[in-house]
Amino acid sequence: MNKKTHFSFLILGIISLKLGLFFGLLAGAQYMVPEFLKEIIPFSQMRELHVTMVISWIILTATGCIYYFISIDNKLAFPKPEKEHIIIFGLTGILILISILTNNMGGREYMTYNPLLFFPIIIGWLLFAINYYQTIIKKIVFGPVYLWMWMTGILFMIITYSEAHLWIFSFFKGDVIKDITVQWKSYGGIVGSWNMLIYGTAIYVMSKIKGDDRIAKGKIAFFFYFLGLTNLMFGWAHHTYIIPHKPWIRILAYGISMTEWIILGSMILNWRKSLNQKQKINSPAYKWLLSTDVWIFLNLVLALLISIPTINLFTHGTHITVAHSMGTTIGINSTILIAAIFYIVSKENKFSLNKYKKRLNIAFWLFHISLLVFWGSLLYSGYLKGIWDQMDMPKTSFSEFITDLKPVIHVLVSGGLFLFISIEFITNPLIKALINKSKK
Amino acid sequence: MNEQKQNLSVFIILILLFTVHTYTVYTSGTENINSTRMNTSAIKGKALWQKNNCTSCHQIYGLGGYLGPDLTNVYSRYGDGVKSFLNAGIESMPVYSFSDQEQQDLLEFFKSLNESGFYPNKDVEKTWYGNIKIRDKTR
Repeated sequence: MNKKTHFSFLILGIISLKLGLFFGLLAGAQYMVPEFLKEIIPFSQMRELHVTMVISWIILTATGCIYYFISIDNKLAFPKPEKEHIIIFGLTGILILISILTNNMGGREYMTYNPLLFFPIIIGWLLFAINYYQTIIKKIVFGPVYLWMWMTGILFMIITYSEAHLWIFSFFKGDVIKDITVQWKSYGGIVGSWNMLIYGTAIYVMSKIKGDDRIAKGKIAFFFYFLGLTNLMFGWAHHTYIIPHKPWIRILAYGISMTEWIILGSMILNWRKSLNQKQKINSPAYKWLLSTDVWIFLNLVLALLISIPTINLFTHGTHITVAHSMGTTIGINSTILIAAIFYIVSKENKFSLNKYKKRLNIAFWLFHISLLVFWGSLLYSGYLKGIWDQMDMPKTSFSEFITDLKPVIHVLVSGGLFLFISIEFITNPLIKALINKSKK
Repeated sequence: MNEQKQNLSVFIILILLFTVHTYTVYTSGTENINSTRMNTSAIKGKALWQKNNCTSCHQIYGLGGYLGPDLTNVYSRYGDGVKSFLNAGIESMPVYSFSDQEQQDLLEFFKSLNESGFYPNKDVEKTWYGNIKIRDKTR
């Protein structure tokens, strides 16, 4: 198995994470000092650099993990298209950065880059799909649930990413409600798709640490998988409860959203119960997956609450929504991906991280405490914004509200700074180990 | 074998439901009695909105960034006066140099947004099971 390309995905993913946090910090500084870098990279560009890099971290790392895992037990059907896949994604990444930095955008929120870049991105996904299906086609039907999750994640990424670009057609872009709906329906699907890729990865790592594939097979595993898929397909509308579309869209999403997040939490909890003590101590991947549990719990409570339309009325359009998305992308998705990289690095050479043990332990706690501060300050900002939206709007201006919010933003950015430092400590040994392995 | 068949069947049924759901959402599900189709100028204004990534700071229906105010009903609040903000470059807002035509296109876009509904809409009815009913306002 030639692992170089798999590792290249992971290395690019980690670099994207580092850049994403760096741009996030700069964007945070612009929140505190509006004129900061305004003439060079205004907030409208800085925020997109941050978002693009963080999404790249999630996509590239999940992709690298999947290529690596399916190549262990199978011969990858097309090694060459895997290389073409990473070249396409790497070059497109550079074009996206150029598109944002030169203010040649034109896309939608979170995908603000020039919409023409849709084509290379979708070609990359198609190459991934062909390679994946061809490699494990005979195993999917009888295979463990993570093979289904990866299959679904890739398939729905292609469908929903394409759907996200329907706004180009006048049927959608000429109608405010259809235009907003196509954006948030497809984005819900995209997030659901990458969750499939990441949660599949989590279940794979769990079952391998445990040395038992049973948690990835059987009725319960597939029940949760189908529940996740149902959420991916129909649970998107909690973002748009307040949009004047037909009420059934809201009611359907409300019902389905109530089942959300229980899926993975329940699986990880069951897995933890069955692990023996020795495995618990020896695996850094296990430690990170345990921490995922805590974030699943916190975000599950938050997600359930904000999916209730009467509560959503207060939280919508506030930083509580950001707390939800940051809590899930950092607290859940990123901890799973970090765990997966730890698993891969340890599998390649279980002694390679020994000398960093103490540093990694400190960074682990720094990461979670910083994230808690960051997440908590977002919740509090959202609470204040909710009050302002609902009650104070006619009395105080928006700029007065933003000024009043500044002390909380200071705490938020401080949390972000320590999060950045912890990620540096965590990812530097990992990236070093991956580069060393790539050279061999 | 039965279990595998069952899984495949559920998967196929869900895909079919998703297809029907998507079609219905984009046709009857998103018909809005308030909303008229945007004119050419408003569509150009929307393109400018996207090109300059205004949504990184501003919101429409509470969706977008948090550094600037929500602009769903900015037209009903300021009317043509909205134009005076566009090139002002206050606070974090970049200094734009929109031409007169571009300013008019953005104004038309804000008019269309304003016609489509209200945000934040406080005129909602809360049900006992946590749902909300948005009362339609006619203009």
